Amino acid sequence: MLLRTKLFGKTYEFGSIKELLAKANEEKSGDRQAGIAAESVTERVAAKFVLSELPLRALYENPAVPYEDDEVTRVIIDQVNLTIYNEIKDWTVGELREWIMKDTTTPQMIRRVSNGLTAEMVAAVTKLMSNMDLIYGASKVRVTAHCANTIGLPGTLASRNQPNHPTDSVEGIRATIYEGLSYGSGDSVIGINPVDDSLGSVMRLLDMTYDVIQKWEIPTQNCLLAHVTTQMEAMKRGSPVGMVFQSLAGSQKGNESFGVNVGMLDEAYEMAKKYAWTAGPNYMYFETGQGSELSADAHHGADQLVMEARCYGLAKRYHPFQVNTVVGFIGPEYLYDSVQITRAGLEDHFMGKLYGIPMGVDACYTNHAKATQNDIENLAVLLTSAGCNYFMGVPLGDDVMLSYQCTSFHDAASLRQLLGLRPLPEFEAWMENLGLMKDGKLTEKAGDASFFLQK
Amino acid sequence: MDQNQIEAIVQAVLAELKKKEASQPTSTASLTPAATASGSNKTDAVIIDLPDPTTPEFRNAVGVENPMDPEGLLNLKSTTPARIGAGRAGPRPRTKSWLLFQADHGVTQDAIYGEVKQEILDQFGLFTVQTQVKDKAEYLLRPDLGRLLTPEAKMLIDQKCVKKPQVQIVVGDGLSAAAINNNLPQIFPVIKQGLEAANISMGTPFFIKFARVGVINDVNTVIGADVVVILIGERPGLGVADAMSAYMGWRPGPGKTDAQRDVICMITNNGGLNPLEAGAFVVELIRKILKYQASGVELKLKTSEETPEHPPSDVL
Repeated sequence: MLLRTKLFGKTYEFGSIKELLAKANEEKSGDRQAGIAAESVTERVAAKFVLSELPLRALYENPAVPYEDDEVTRVIIDQVNLTIYNEIKDWTVGELREWIMKDTTTPQMIRRVSNGLTAEMVAAVTKLMSNMDLIYGASKVRVTAHCANTIGLPGTLASRNQPNHPTDSVEGIRATIYEGLSYGSGDSVIGINPVDDSLGSVMRLLDMTYDVIQKWEIPTQNCLLAHVTTQMEAMKRGSPVGMVFQSLAGSQKGNESFGVNVGMLDEAYEMAKKYAWTAGPNYMYFETGQGSELSADAHHGADQLVMEARCYGLAKRYHPFQVNTVVGFIGPEYLYDSVQITRAGLEDHFMGKLYGIPMGVDACYTNHAKATQNDIENLAVLLTSAGCNYFMGVPLGDDVMLSYQCTSFHDAASLRQLLGLRPLPEFEAWMENLGLMKDGKLTEKAGDASFFLQK
Repeated sequence: MDQNQIEAIVQAVLAELKKKEASQPTSTASLTPAATASGSNKTDAVIIDLPDPTTPEFRNAVGVENPMDPEGLLNLKSTTPARIGAGRAGPRPRTKSWLLFQADHGVTQDAIYGEVKQEILDQFGLFTVQTQVKDKAEYLLRPDLGRLLTPEAKMLIDQKCVKKPQVQIVVGDGLSAAAINNNLPQIFPVIKQGLEAANISMGTPFFIKFARVGVINDVNTVIGADVVVILIGERPGLGVADAMSAYMGWRPGPGKTDAQRDVICMITNNGGLNPLEAGAFVVELIRKILKYQASGVELKLKTSEETPEHPPSDVL
């Protein structure tokens, strides 16, 4: 194998596909920390030139972690549709980029080609994209799913009602759920990150959220973002689980650091089909984020974009209802500032959509990253233009349990009104019926949690 | 440029500003005639003297204009520190709640990019060493370097410190200088006196600039203490910028991780564990670690062997 180019008279050569992919990646502090980033801007562009000429089959044949060593690689390779793969395997990465952008390439054509791709191909084409490429490319792909309601339809934008509380107070969480519902947040899911991951705590919050949903006949699903084994135990004991959650990593070793493996996820998926109270057929919710593999020393020398794409390959196995990257959560040693967070948010959303999963984004930042609420609002507008399925909804963007900032209940309503989008159709009908929304706008009654004290 | 020219330019700019102001229908513009070129005292009639909006009284205020159930909304708000009941202007937040959010974020930025005050370090006779990190940006980018001391730092520690004490205390800036500035004066004397009263020997304390918790492993390669404690600034949360943590481990050394450490976190006078009380907890925890000769997960195992805990209440 020879991977070489000249640029401004200077020769750049790359030792392996993994090295080429890493050096072609846009600047990320995590890749630099890992010692695999391009050493100069021109070296990065040289890598992109070489990558653009690489045939897709070279990526199929050279996964970031060998097939024999890693079950995530096996999931990704085994689910490739070989008929479609054979049609595209001689395309170069540069040709794939142009094919996605072409006006003659329809959303249906992209969805079909998705099934012939591997994570490394998805990541590779992403590295050749500008930010607007990522927005435009993603906007061509619509991925819908159904659990208790329907997510991802054109013209809709959903919001996860994320009512976290620092001590898991049932009353406090319920109060925040009411607040969010009154702004139209909660159509993607009412999803809680519990402080206390124990079975009793998780079952208590599942009961409460289910009661709210039943009492107000809300067309949505509930989810407790505890470890998957805790949710499985809760299902066995008859708890009302709407969706099953787990954080994913892009390698077997990374998933081990989360205490999960493919066998366990398979079992959780089967249990969800058997026990969830929702209609389905999409029952799973996954979160990911660039850098989590490196932080677990499970990146196998690959860059964080490649590892992130592999998460989506794994997620695809379970036909999820929703998947989101938690893009700025991990901290500045992986994504340093708003430029890197914005780029990563656009990349992750595009990769998810290209891979064929119903992708949302937790557009967020921590206080030690060089970012502010303005940056996250910018990212949310860009992603909404890109057709992002959903964002998080948190009171004024301040999550008092996870100690980070993301998008707010207000932002969900603002993005919809700004860009002419609606909540998920079942949910919008529900809001109209209650008088909280009319013709896509909040009414006078909206934005008042005490509305839900009537019953 | 002479004084007259400067004066002329100033007057021209002022006149231009007046013109612009006069063309806008603002209330301040109507307070003074637009044409005066003196530029002085035109806003005398505006007096703004605000109370502190970060006090609980203002934080707990409801911003919803006509709530369906005003008392009920206050009750809902009282159940959570989350920013609910804030109201809206169209789909956007109201001005006060947006500005308060920015204030709460601002104070975290000042804490991260602030410096620990020398007089605080002098007060407790702490000398300063530095990790391999060069500056704040590198500190944020390279956690690994924040866990390693420079050779000069090790030499200085070797020269100045008592070796093999039972307990070595170090102070690190971490992600909040304010945590050290605000809490050290209260927590440090309590720990020192507590150890003296318990007849536990304490080494020579010092300050580590650009420190991560894991630096205690490197510190102990020079000191050889039984327990090393680091008092360090936590990553600031919105509105709480000065929280300190006390991490400690039994005989730290290369390769030891958080799993082998114990921590008392959220030490602050602003809605956390107050530093005086925290100092007493630190001493208690040190005594326990010395007694069991273990910390972290191992300490939990050893203590649970001795006094079996009640089975968790969620087992049905």
